[in-house]
Amino acid sequence: MTASVTSTERLQRLLALVPYVISRNVVGLAETAAAFGISERQLVDDLNLLWCVELRAPDPYCPIDLSYEGGEIVVSQAESMGRPLRLAVDEASALLVALRMLAEVPGLEDRSALSRLIAKLETAAGEAASVSAQVAVQVDTPEGAAEGIAAQIRAALSAGRRVHLSYYVPGRDEATERDVDPMRLLVVEGRTYLEGWCRRADGVRLFRLDRILALTVLGDAASPPAEATPVDVDQGLFRPSPDDVHVELELSAEGRWVAEYYPCESVTDLPDGRLRAVLRTPDTGWIRRLALRLGEEGRVVSPPALVAEIRDAATAALANYVALSAGCVALACVNYFSAAGRVDSAF
Amino acid sequence: MSKRKTERLLGLVVCLLSTRRYLTADQIREAVPGYPEQDDLFKRMFERDKEDLRELGVPLETGFNHPFDDDPGYRIRQQAYELPELRLEADEAAVLGLATRVWQRAELAGAAAGALLKLRAAGIDAADEHAAQRDIEPRLGRPEPAFGPLWEAVKDRRPVTFSYRAAGRSEPQQRELEPWGVVNRHGRWYVAGWDRGRAATRVFRLGRIAGDVKFCGPAGSVTVPEGTDVRELVRDWDSAPPREQTAVLRVRSGAGVGLRRHATSVRPADEGGWDLITTTFGDVGSFADYIAWFGPDAVVLDPPDLREAVIARLKGVLA
Repeated sequence: MTASVTSTERLQRLLALVPYVISRNVVGLAETAAAFGISERQLVDDLNLLWCVELRAPDPYCPIDLSYEGGEIVVSQAESMGRPLRLAVDEASALLVALRMLAEVPGLEDRSALSRLIAKLETAAGEAASVSAQVAVQVDTPEGAAEGIAAQIRAALSAGRRVHLSYYVPGRDEATERDVDPMRLLVVEGRTYLEGWCRRADGVRLFRLDRILALTVLGDAASPPAEATPVDVDQGLFRPSPDDVHVELELSAEGRWVAEYYPCESVTDLPDGRLRAVLRTPDTGWIRRLALRLGEEGRVVSPPALVAEIRDAATAALANYVALSAGCVALACVNYFSAAGRVDSAF
Repeated sequence: MSKRKTERLLGLVVCLLSTRRYLTADQIREAVPGYPEQDDLFKRMFERDKEDLRELGVPLETGFNHPFDDDPGYRIRQQAYELPELRLEADEAAVLGLATRVWQRAELAGAAAGALLKLRAAGIDAADEHAAQRDIEPRLGRPEPAFGPLWEAVKDRRPVTFSYRAAGRSEPQQRELEPWGVVNRHGRWYVAGWDRGRAATRVFRLGRIAGDVKFCGPAGSVTVPEGTDVRELVRDWDSAPPREQTAVLRVRSGAGVGLRRHATSVRPADEGGWDLITTTFGDVGSFADYIAWFGPDAVVLDPPDLREAVIARLKGVLA
């Protein structure tokens, strides 16, 4: 990464290096190199460059004086470079937007620290902060109960306690009961998850907060086993496993959202704005449900067993309506018949 | 990377910071080593250097020491240059560490790192290893290619043009937009602004922009109307209508957990193995989508338009 550093990027570093040392009076080479993410050798190059700066007019002089004898850096003279450059628009925005996003995270304890920090940075950034109002990150704010659940999770995390979850799995339309050893709260792509060791699945699992039906903090200590490795969120939350089923879908222009919403392995454009999407999943139950929901906006084309399963489910679901109208108990059925009749007569 | 250029730029910054008077280009050439003798070469190099410094956010001022001066001079006012004094409490430093993790691998990661570096240089250490914040991990989603140019356009108040595939449309269309702001919602980026072609306020999803975003007007030519709240624009565009309608469903006992969560009443149906559920909904189309998800386990009794919408989806599967 350092190989591609441009002159202006290095200048930025040099302008920060002088005040970094000054604000600490004396600081070690190794510690400074680590703080700037460079090698000690690069740091020494930087220090030499700073020390060599000279202005020739009106009288020649060297504005910066420093030493790094014995591995300790001291800046004895720095002219007007003693303070860092103020925050640029991008920099102020990056911090402020992130902090405002954190302020929305459910169950965060340090809200007062957050709002104090936001105010301080806004003041320090001055004008550069104003554009930050034009970029924002929103976190799903859970309604009512979920806010309480988030607070319970934070409490369980800081006390190191196990929790009992009643958790909704939409793909199976099931409310599951499980004991979980909480590990972290993840806020990824606008959603909040509890990451924990699920004692029912014997594995690390993510639980979306808005799908937790009920939560109890248990008396037992949380004890995730040594092999409970946190998910590397930078690699994406959902990673396919080699045992997953390949599912191929053909989506109409109206059904293209599926490829935006679910992580797909491949997406190919077809004529008329249609798409072919391939995704991998350990459990095809939710795809059957998705296909029912899509209707003619999308069609599963493979694997064949799933295609058949989807047809069966649609047939069974339609049969409910036929049975309903045959029984003809509710006023609703009459409406259904008349509606159907209208359609028929139209042809 | 050119060491000589870095040296020259550094000299230029120090030189302009240490002067109260405006220095002309010629005076600067004399004071700062590294500029060429030839006038045209110098001029070009000096122009580029000024541009580089401004891009870094160095507040380079242009002005005259005397109203009768012929050439403009340059200086950097210390007060405009310096990050103001800033002191953080321990808990504030802890959340600062958390904030810098938000952008990891996302669009403004470099900017966040740059900001942190300057704060470190001001003597502030973001407590990145602070134990109490290890139990929360905030992250933005994957970067989207259209973010960079749109964010530039928002900052510089420039109109843009791009090809956009609206939901359900088979062909993308060219749009011309005065962008007011970018918002990340549910992990996706949106841009809100004035659509010149439609002569209306519009919201676009960045993921549906096909190809490049191009500037189509000078910087400063976009005015964001007073009181504009881009978050609100995106929220309104994306939000479901209020749940003002009522539906009656027959749901298989033990199934339809998702439907039961929002039910206003649940009672056993006359037929064994089924419950009657009353629930509220906002929009027929999206609620029909949701009911179809439950397949043979949920049957709409009322209202008729909702029932027809579900039947249409199921027939669509078999078509």
